[in-house]
Amino acid sequence: MAKIVIDGVTYEVNPNNNLLQECLSQGLDLPYFCWHPCMGSVGACRQCAVKQYRDEDDKDGMLVMACMTPASDGTIISIEDEGAKSFRSEVIESLMISHPHDCPVCEEGGECHLQDMTQMSGHNYRRYDKKKVTHRNQYLGPFISHEMNRCIACYRCVRYYDNYAGGTDLSVQASHHHVYFGRHEEGTLESEFSGNLVEVCPTGVFTDKVFSEHYSRKWDLQTAPSVCVGCSVGCNTAPGERYGSLRRIVNRYNSEVNGYFLCDRGRFGFDFVNSEERLLEPIQRKQGKAELLTAAQIEVSIQQFSSAETIGIGSPRASNESNFALRCLVGDDNFYAGCSDAEYESLGVILALAADAAFHSPSVREIEQADAVLILGEDVTNIAPRIALALRQSVRNKAKELADENRIPQWQDAAVRELAQHERSPLSILSPAVSRLDDVASERIIDSLPNLIAFGHQIANKISDSAATAVSASSEHDDTLALIAQQLLRAKRPLIIAGNSNGGELIKAAANIAKALQEKNDDAGIDLCLLVPEVNSLGMGMLVDPANKLGAALARLQDGDAKRLIVLENDLYRRATATEVDAALEKAEQILVLDQLPTRTTAKADIVLPATAFSEHEATYINYEGRAQLSFQVNKCQKMAKPSWRWLNAAEHIDDLVQRCCNEAKGFTKLSEVLPADNQFVAGMKVPRQSHRYSGRTAMIANINVHEPKQMVDDESIMSFSMEGVPSQKDSTILASSWAPKWNSNQSISKFQDEVNGELKQGHTGILMFEKSTSVGAYFEPPVNSLTAAEKQLHLAFGFQIFGSDELSARCKPIQARMTDAYVGISPEDAQSRNLVQGDTVTISGTDSNVTVCIRTGIKTGTALLYCGEGSLNPAEFSEFIEIEKCEKQSASLGMRNLILSDLQDEDKSS
Amino acid sequence: MLTLVKDTLTSQVVTLWRVFAHLWVKADTVEYPDVQPYMFPRWRGRIILSRDPDGEERCVACNLCAVACPVDCIALQKTEDEEGRWYPEFFRINFSRCIMCGFCEEACPTNAIQLTPDFEMAEYVRQDMVWEKEDLLIDGTGKYHDYNFYRVAGKKIGGKDKGEAQNEAVPVNVRSLLP
Repeated sequence: MAKIVIDGVTYEVNPNNNLLQECLSQGLDLPYFCWHPCMGSVGACRQCAVKQYRDEDDKDGMLVMACMTPASDGTIISIEDEGAKSFRSEVIESLMISHPHDCPVCEEGGECHLQDMTQMSGHNYRRYDKKKVTHRNQYLGPFISHEMNRCIACYRCVRYYDNYAGGTDLSVQASHHHVYFGRHEEGTLESEFSGNLVEVCPTGVFTDKVFSEHYSRKWDLQTAPSVCVGCSVGCNTAPGERYGSLRRIVNRYNSEVNGYFLCDRGRFGFDFVNSEERLLEPIQRKQGKAELLTAAQIEVSIQQFSSAETIGIGSPRASNESNFALRCLVGDDNFYAGCSDAEYESLGVILALAADAAFHSPSVREIEQADAVLILGEDVTNIAPRIALALRQSVRNKAKELADENRIPQWQDAAVRELAQHERSPLSILSPAVSRLDDVASERIIDSLPNLIAFGHQIANKISDSAATAVSASSEHDDTLALIAQQLLRAKRPLIIAGNSNGGELIKAAANIAKALQEKNDDAGIDLCLLVPEVNSLGMGMLVDPANKLGAALARLQDGDAKRLIVLENDLYRRATATEVDAALEKAEQILVLDQLPTRTTAKADIVLPATAFSEHEATYINYEGRAQLSFQVNKCQKMAKPSWRWLNAAEHIDDLVQRCCNEAKGFTKLSEVLPADNQFVAGMKVPRQSHRYSGRTAMIANINVHEPKQMVDDESIMSFSMEGVPSQKDSTILASSWAPKWNSNQSISKFQDEVNGELKQGHTGILMFEKSTSVGAYFEPPVNSLTAAEKQLHLAFGFQIFGSDELSARCKPIQARMTDAYVGISPEDAQSRNLVQGDTVTISGTDSNVTVCIRTGIKTGTALLYCGEGSLNPAEFSEFIEIEKCEKQSASLGMRNLILSDLQDEDKSS
Repeated sequence: MLTLVKDTLTSQVVTLWRVFAHLWVKADTVEYPDVQPYMFPRWRGRIILSRDPDGEERCVACNLCAVACPVDCIALQKTEDEEGRWYPEFFRINFSRCIMCGFCEEACPTNAIQLTPDFEMAEYVRQDMVWEKEDLLIDGTGKYHDYNFYRVAGKKIGGKDKGEAQNEAVPVNVRSLLP
């Protein structure tokens, strides 16, 4: 620790940080623009000037930029010095010379860092009387609006988009005061993380286009801490509601999970909550007619279902509580997994590995710390996007190491990048097709799935002889595999990533590699990150008995062994083949489905109960690493919708339900720790969901009735649907939207962190559920590869898309604008031999599905990468091999419209 | 003793005289509603939404009036036309809550919301005191005749391109190398 003096007060600080960071960590107000907690300093904006003094006798001092000066021991500075203050106010005056005077019509207004800093620096009137520089805007796609006139040239956007997120299509153009931040030509921003520009930009150059369509000011949004349901990472979000509809999602800081950033699926994929298609009334179908059910009738029908002859099918996209409530209703033996059998099998492997002492499941922050990464067969960008962003940071660990060697502080962003040039920590990707992380990959092997599995086992064997090796078809990659093994062995914190998107064998191979590393390093646990597809895949997997696969449930129904069926927030037609599901549903006497949106399964149901969406109920979810997180209710349930657990369990309080789950379900003992304790709150007052400046309370619904109703009471939660209560700025245990005096923008988060980039004061980051056993499991045996591809057959690998592969977000309009149809990716050789050209329609033999062909050089000949689209193909219908034939009738579908074109073009150039 | 009696009597008589003398003084009260009082232009009465000198709605739905309102009696929703001009989709004032404080007018960056000298707003039914945009919007500029927000602000709208607002240079050509 170092001691520094700021305005006569001595503070203990970390000497590895810069002065700006330490001033903010100490809770002091110092204006800044170009510095960002995650991106370090470049000293571009000159806004954080302070006076530094040589010693106590020095009365003059000199101006330094706080972000570029280390907080070394004995530093004496002054923020309040008149010289420093007037310098800062002159700097902001110059930055504001061409600012367009449009705050009232700017989406950033009210949560604008530029507004805050202008106020803080004391500038208020434009003295400059020359003309303002103006710019033309660009169309940047369905997510982001562009308004270049507001730019203050802090360079944060390009530093985030290019350097941090690895984007290639946003750049800085022109020079001097004409400097322009945009694309080389109009078009959709390609990065999957473009939405973060909205939060990174300190002013309103990049704003949320989806939000603008139904805009509300930050202070008018009813907000609660929530968890993203787009994938299994479980990023923390703060959805905002106004006039009964969900308006936007912004990032909510969690030091262990998402930090400051979200992916575009999470940020823009919430609109299904407001969808007109939403199921909002409990109905019963009798002879083709739908009747509205009364509360009493529903109770009776639920009673009927609670017999031994009822099968309950859980859901990986429903909360722990809903799954548990269903399990209680139908009994443990009758509660079945709501995912495909193959997926459930590999989920079992993942859960078994989670308890193994040889492995550690890393959080997103820990992934950023890895100094050698191996991705085995998983398309991380499209399956767990936020992790891909973390991996981009992990490859920078080499640069940080070099910086330490050269005694350059890590926050010196430009210097560290300049020093490292293209030096990166190793990131090896073994996958069936090209991926969006290839540009930072050090080693790259594209091959068929059986070969990838074999390669995995070979790497494990190269690390430790006790792991059995496997035979692969070719030996051309032997050197690369040896190199990868070496890199992993040398690393201080190696990380292996796999997942169950393409079967469980890759997971076993990945586990073998990690186990071999653990054996060699004799370490506490090797980072093994196993990705699952959906928000609560693990939670559901833990609640369902390993033998209770979906296939078994459907078979029981078909045999007449069970007569009734309850399906929880699940479309069975995405989980098993249509013939199996049809046969089972046909036999079932009564089918009850709970869901938010109509699906093919709800269409077959006798009783449909409307379930609430993620923002309308309190719930817990377990993410890929076994972290349980609590998500609060943001807005009222629409019409007659209720949380699924409430339909299934009419009486119990949510806290009691969680407590019971904690006591009764195996592996859930720690779940109740996510619930906030009542005694944390002053005078027992709840935390308000509405800000202290929430407007329009007495006019919002005055058109319906001028007599204002009582505020809705929330019995279930520690939060209230009102402005009253202990405001969240005093306590960050339940921090929905951060705000601090003088800090209206999201930059106010530093006021809630114990230090910049640290944990939230009083907050918690979630509860890790898995308990490690003390023993280390045995190695897996490599699979015996019995099947070989017949002539014309292609090895099948499933492809995924960030926009489209998730069921609920795919029902949102903004996401649909970026979605592509189902396609089958093949190599140019395979295309030639089948006489196919880019964009042709093909039939997959054995099915009646027509899909577009996408020819990519980054696919191994003999492999077909099948993207099933949003519900257009059912992955359960396909086996290990497929055959494709040219179809003369061209389909009038979207084709490859929204595939990232620059990827395809790059491949065209290289081929 | 005599002085005391004299003073008391004099006081009584003078008081009576002054009261009677008022019979011939002109009355201060007026015969409202037959006679309308003069209302000063800056009187804070009925709230209106005005139009800019070009006849377009001045309100840009920035929500500042709503947030300034101490009784929270203003609710509105922003929407946008095809060319980027912001305006309120609905704009509602609950006059049964309004305290005529004028904070909304002070907060308004476009001079759209203004308080007028009209105070005759009583209703028999409270529900009738909820006014929508159609009721609030007038055809003129109200008290401020010249101000047009979009002529000053740099946002492009229909009929005003980038670089055409007050004090603005023509848009930069980023491809140009000239200084």
